[in-house]
Amino acid sequence: MSPPPLRRAWARFRAHRTAVAAAVVVAALCLAALGAPLLAPADPLAQPDPVGLQNRPPSAEHPLGTDRFSRDVASRLLYGARVSLGIGAAAALLAVVIGAGVGLAAGLGTAAVDQVLMRSVDVALALPRVFLILLALALWEDAPAWVVVGLIAVTGWFQTSRVVRALALRLRESEFVQAARALGAPRSRLAVRHLLPHVAPAVIVSATLDVGNIILLESGLSYLGLGVRAPAPSWGNMILEGKDQLLSAPWVAVAPGAALLLTVAAFNLAGDGLQDALDPRTDG
Amino acid sequence: MPTYLVRRFALALVTTAAAVALTFALVHLAPGEPFLAGAEERFVPPETIARLRRDFGLDRPLAAQFARYVANVARGDLGESFTRRRPVAAVIGETLPATLLLGGVALALSFALGLGLGVVQARRAGGLADAALSTVALALASVPAFWLGLMLLLVFGEWLHWLPVAGMTDAVAGPSRGWLALSLDVARHLVLPALTLALVNAATVARFHRAAMLEALGADFVRAARARGLAEARILAAHAFRAALAPAIALAGLSVPALLTGSVLVESVFGWPGMGRVAYEAIFARDYNVVTGVTVVAAVLVAVGSLLADIGVAAADPRVRRA
Repeated sequence: MSPPPLRRAWARFRAHRTAVAAAVVVAALCLAALGAPLLAPADPLAQPDPVGLQNRPPSAEHPLGTDRFSRDVASRLLYGARVSLGIGAAAALLAVVIGAGVGLAAGLGTAAVDQVLMRSVDVALALPRVFLILLALALWEDAPAWVVVGLIAVTGWFQTSRVVRALALRLRESEFVQAARALGAPRSRLAVRHLLPHVAPAVIVSATLDVGNIILLESGLSYLGLGVRAPAPSWGNMILEGKDQLLSAPWVAVAPGAALLLTVAAFNLAGDGLQDALDPRTDG
Repeated sequence: MPTYLVRRFALALVTTAAAVALTFALVHLAPGEPFLAGAEERFVPPETIARLRRDFGLDRPLAAQFARYVANVARGDLGESFTRRRPVAAVIGETLPATLLLGGVALALSFALGLGLGVVQARRAGGLADAALSTVALALASVPAFWLGLMLLLVFGEWLHWLPVAGMTDAVAGPSRGWLALSLDVARHLVLPALTLALVNAATVARFHRAAMLEALGADFVRAARARGLAEARILAAHAFRAALAPAIALAGLSVPALLTGSVLVESVFGWPGMGRVAYEAIFARDYNVVTGVTVVAAVLVAVGSLLADIGVAAADPRVRRA
């Protein structure tokens, strides 16, 4: 008798050393974001001495230097992690929930429902997503963070719905689903109790990889001045502020960019590791 | 083949129509009247506002406005830019070539780099070179393009002074030069922004092409070619590469939206006078006709890109034609 699938998946994931390291980095980043008020050496908005302390290079007191308003870059970086990870996680979660819902509906529904949903997804996938988000944010002056999350999620679930639909189509003909249907289970129960556990691994992988992409997208919006607005720190708007003093104080722009690189790479590696671990096709 | 292409063409048309409808809905269902935003604060007399509403047709039913908008877009009329006081189509027409040049060079460069790296990695799969290149590709796929641009600008523009940091031509030299001097100048200005976009896209291309090459190298026809004693270089170039070509062409079509999006950010980093920068400026000037116009043009470019890629895939892979 072989061990249960979850334990086998865990064993496979553990064997994947880079994926484990990436997962540790992700966990550390999440802790750093949560513990920002405890870890940050200074108030991220405080401007102790805008004249005497501006654009100071890294030192013992300011490990990543100060920006042009004399604010501590390390503290802003820690608080900025809350924005990046928060928006990334919230939007990815919302996107995969919508995607899984639509995918299950298309996979289990009638042929007409399936056709309408999937042809719409074909069209939606070909739309210039970022331009539409930019237009919406331009129209919505000073959009709060939840609007940014909503826009990213509403335009980001199409690929997940395709993956889930394909799985649902395959599973609906399997014996355990046929048996449940013969016993009179309604479609909603089939979807939630029988199919969801089987599509969950694909959904988790897709969400993990989405987080990285969404963090990049959000940083771009903030860099354009359309995502999270100053003075609240986000990695994207920190790079925007550092751009003007690239020569005199490069650390202001370098630090948040390096943080983005590390974070997104960690999510991408962890996602790949999860995919290898959860995909039964690679089960040895 | 014909039915396949007809279906693809229909999809491109529907997508463009959907983009037109969505931009209309976004602008007209947004709270307030974006076109007249701030008019009251600027003490514009009510009669003038009423006249503006009439001139722009804002007093007519939404369905009638939509019909007019669609008819105008179909004729290539994207409305008037409020800030530039010129037709949006003319503004986009002037800046689109710069964006197409940047995007086209970046696309070509990213495929030259990405396909090359993919072949090298597939050939040495599991080795040290493969692992090192995979790490580079991961980093490039995880870096924000605008930040990579800033770093390249800092190192090669500001510190080393190898390349110009902004614009498309040298402002001092002016346009009164021979075409050769002018082209060289544009090329020098093009290096950093094109390289920025290309490096980021090349990471995706390399990753996909490595997988496609590995799959092709494991196929029976490659084993057969090896059994016939063909040189490994020939097997790679003529047999495996050809089989892995169709996914690469499909990926070229998928790269268009990524490059267009990247161009908004990278053009603003390098002051490249393209459509992306126009869109960026229009967003802050609340020049909605320009923003919607750019969105519609972007949708058309994406649709055309994926249509061309589909034709290319069908040409490269006979199985698709029969499907």
